[in-house]
Parts: sequence; structure tokens; C-alpha cells
Amino acid sequence: MTSMIKMKKVFKVYKNGVTALNGVDVNIEQGDFVYVVGPSGAGKTSFVKMMYREEVPSKGEVYINGVELGTLKKKDVPFLRRDIGVIFQDFKLLQRKSVYENVAFALEVIEENPKKIRRRVMNVLDQVGLKHKARFIPAQLSGGEQQRVAIARAIVNNPKVVIADEPTGNLDPETSWGIMRTFEDINSSGTTVIMATHSKDIVDKMKKRVIAMENGQIVRDEQQGEYGYEA
Amino acid sequence: MKLSTARRHIIEGSRNIIRNSWMTVASVGAVTTTLILVGIFLALILNLNQVAENIEQDVQMSVYVELGAGEEEVEELESNLNELSNVRSIEYSSKEEELNKLIEDMGESGDEWGMMFEDSNPLNDVFIIKASDANYYKSLSNQVKEMDYVDDVDYSQATVERLLTFNKYARYIGLGFITALLFTAIFLISNTIRMTIIARQNEIGIMKLVGAKNSFIRWPFFIEGMLMGVIGSIIPIALVLAGYYYLYDNVDGRNLLPFVELLPFNPFAWQLSLLLLGLGVFIGIWGSVMSVRKFLKV
Ligand SMILES: Nc1ncnc2c1ncn2[C@@H]1O[C@H](COP(=O)(O)OP(=O)(O)OP(=O)(O)O)[C@@H](O)[C@H]1O
Ligand SMILES: [Mg+2]
Repeated sequence: MTSMIKMKKVFKVYKNGVTALNGVDVNIEQGDFVYVVGPSGAGKTSFVKMMYREEVPSKGEVYINGVELGTLKKKDVPFLRRDIGVIFQDFKLLQRKSVYENVAFALEVIEENPKKIRRRVMNVLDQVGLKHKARFIPAQLSGGEQQRVAIARAIVNNPKVVIADEPTGNLDPETSWGIMRTFEDINSSGTTVIMATHSKDIVDKMKKRVIAMENGQIVRDEQQGEYGYEA
Repeated sequence: MKLSTARRHIIEGSRNIIRNSWMTVASVGAVTTTLILVGIFLALILNLNQVAENIEQDVQMSVYVELGAGEEEVEELESNLNELSNVRSIEYSSKEEELNKLIEDMGESGDEWGMMFEDSNPLNDVFIIKASDANYYKSLSNQVKEMDYVDDVDYSQATVERLLTFNKYARYIGLGFITALLFTAIFLISNTIRMTIIARQNEIGIMKLVGAKNSFIRWPFFIEGMLMGVIGSIIPIALVLAGYYYLYDNVDGRNLLPFVELLPFNPFAWQLSLLLLGLGVFIGIWGSVMSVRKFLKV
């Protein structure tokens, strides 16, 4: 097994003085499926932001695929991010662009061959069940549908790692399971999946690795773990 | 860069221009004004240079030898003149030669005059001096006036000096003006680009998060600036071409002022147009670089 993500004694103190990460050590192997759980404000989002360098640690080291991000040159950050698909907690969709354009955007800005873009985008939209709404703009979609657009954009590039921050938060149970199947699919094809969630049902049924965070620390890390908090 | 990427940048850059229409109009207007003035100043200054050069070529200093001076005195004066520095050439022309020249210049009526003065030539022997640079005539003339056997010294002082001074000041004032206008245009463009960057901050943030290279994010803004520069240079170029054509036709063709010889339309007007286009592009790119550096944190 090769290590995909490794953190050594990572601290994050934001400018306003809040300590979001308080000495995090972790190792995630290539092909792992990991749930990150814990109360609101525990540091889950901050934890995953370290991985694609949206935030940099105040102290400690983060390795992605063996590369320490502190040594990464600024011009190489885009290439790190191309290997990591992120579903943001707030989706970050372009409100004036259609569903299709939002997904295609992720391929266009990394200068993918235009001929491939169309086919690839229609494929992922099919995968998340939004093919029929390709021409809608985000404002015309439900919260769950918007989330699926965000998922489609994150996986359209076949990244090595998919990070999902609360991907099922707004979804009805049935759609949630649909999305979980999508994640299982991409995980079984070798993609590492990291998912921060508050969904007890899903975590308990899937029996995957669970990392529990509280006050910026990892308080529990179990293979085939459980959610461990009241729903 | 891939062709498809280049296409995308150009489309994005053009879209930004249309989206910011009012800011764009102001910026393009500033570029246009600047370039029109640059065009006029350059046409003026370069032509003045040319005229001054032409006159400089023709300027010479005549040293009139005292009427009573004999051969020995003339030789002494010549050896004194030979010791002057900053002199390109000295030529001697005796009063007989001077008379012949005068008669020739007069054409028809010259013969009569020639007869009249055949016995009592009223002219002086003359040394004709050319300085190595027009600036030296003044001091040379002062030195020569002090020498023995010199009756008078004469050179086309007024014209040359006035022209040189005028040209010098025109150049300073022109450059000052142009610099101020250049900075205004650059400032306006950079401000327009800043508005684009602010309007698209959200999109830029997402581009970064999905792995767009910094250069990929920056390019459309450079294109936007460059396009504003190019658009801004259209009217000035048209004016330069039409205006200079008209001017050349009217001034140079008719030979109103014999010493004014304008630079020929081709290639001068074309070179000037190319320069204006280049300057427009430069203003545009500089304006966008300023904004991108300051406001686009990538
Ligand atoms: N950009 C920021 N600047 C300052 N403080 C921040 C910032 N982002 C997060 N925090 C603080 O850091 C702490 C951890 O926040 P984080 O978003 O990582 O929690 P979380 O576990 O993702 O919570 P949730 O389950 O609600 O999404 C919180 O106290 C939060 O207020
Ligand atoms: Mg969060």
C-alpha cells in the first residue's frame, strides 16, 4: 500500500486566533474510503482544506502522494489540485452558467482537449442523474441537485482523490444512497475518497474507516467504524 | 499554448470588454486621445528635425576679408583660420569668383552688371567655413571677428538658432504631455481591468480550486488590455494616415517654403502608424499587468 495523504503534527491557527487543527497525525492509503465525523466546528473542513492547499498549516507537514506541500512551488499547486476533486460544503457553482458549463468548466480551465470534454461531461452528468437538466442554471435546481452538479464537477477529471465535504447534507435518503453508490463506484476503481459527514445512517451502514474529530484533534480512527454520535 | 486555449482567452477577453462597456469606452477614449497627440507631436518633431538637418547642411559662415588686404594678409588670415577647431571645411573664394557667382545667379540681367563692375569690383574676398556642427557657428563667428583683416562675418544665425531652440522646447513639452497622457491611459485601463477582476472574483477562485494555472487565469486580462489598446489606436492611425497625406500633398507638393522638405508619406506615415499601434498595445498590456499584479492574487 502506498500512502496518499499523510499529516504530521499539523496545527492550524486562523488569523482571528481560532485553533481549528490542534496536532493532527494521520495516514490515508491510496484507495481508502474514509469518513470524517465530529461535531460542528470540530475542524473537519479545515482538515480537508490542508489536502488541496486551500489553507496551509501553521505548523506541521502535509504529504500528498509523497510530496510535502510546504516544499511545493506555487506554480505546481494547480497540478496538485488536478489530482484532487473537491465537493465544497457550499458547492461553489457558477450561478450564471448552466449545469453543463459548470462541469465542463473544470476541464476547460485545465486545457483538456475540447473534443473529449463533451463526451466526458455528459457521462458524469448521467452518472449523477442530471443529464436531463444539463441546460438548467443552478438557481433552477434543488439543493440536492446542485450538490450533484458539484459532485459531477469534482469527478469529471478522474482525480486520484475525491474529497467531499458534507455531500449528503441536503439530500433525501434515496438520493443520498444514490450518491453513495457513485462514491463507491469511483472508490472501487481505485480512487481515494474522503468524506466529511453528519449522516449517521450512511456511516453506520457502509462500514468504512471512520476518523472522528473534536476540537481540532483526531479522537478516534477505526477501520469499519461507526458514526459514534447521536443522530 | 494550445490553439483551443488561445481561442478561449481571446473570447473571454473580448467578452470582458463588452461586459464593462462604459469603463471600456473611457479607457479606449483615453488611449485614442493619447495616441492622436503622440501622432501629431511625433510628426511635428520628426519633421522639424528633418528641416533643421536640411538647413544645417546648408549653413555656412562667410568671412569677408578687408577690402584693402593684400595677398600676404589673406594668407596670414587663412593660416589663422586653419587653426580654429570644430571646422569641417574652409574654402577660399576671391572677389572675382564671387562676382562671377553673382552674375550667374542674376541670370539675364547679370551680363549688364558684369560689365559695370568689371573694373571696380566692390566685393570682398571670402572664406567660406563649414563647422562640424551647427552649434559651433556662434563661437566660431566670435573668434573670427577678433582676427585681423576681417571685415565682417555672416552666417544664417537667426534661422538655425531659432529652429534648434524651438525644436528643443517642442520636444520637451511634447514628451511631458505625452508622458502624462500615457500614464492617464494606463491608469484608466488598469482600473477597467480591476473592475473585471472584482466582478469575476468568484469565478477566479473556483478556477484556482479546480486547478487552473496562474497564466491561464491571467491571460484573458492581458488580452482585454491589449484589445483596448488596439481599438484605441484605430482612430489615431486613420487620422495620421489621412492627415499626413493631406499635409504632404499641400505643403510639400507645392513647395511653399523652399527649405521645408517633409518626410515622405511612404514610409514615414506607415512607420508612425505602426508605432502608434505598438504604443497602444504597450499601454494596454502595461495597464493590465498593473492590475493583475495588484488585484489578482493567484
Ligand atoms: N477561514 C476561517 N477563519 C477563521 N476561523 C475559521 C475559518 N474557517 C473555520 N474557522 C473556525 O475553525 C473552527 C473549525 O471550523 P471547520 O469549518 O473546520 O469545522 P467543521 O468541522 O467543518 O464544522 P461543520 O461540521 O459545521 O462544517 C471553527 O471554530 C471555525 O469557526
Ligand atoms: Mg465543515
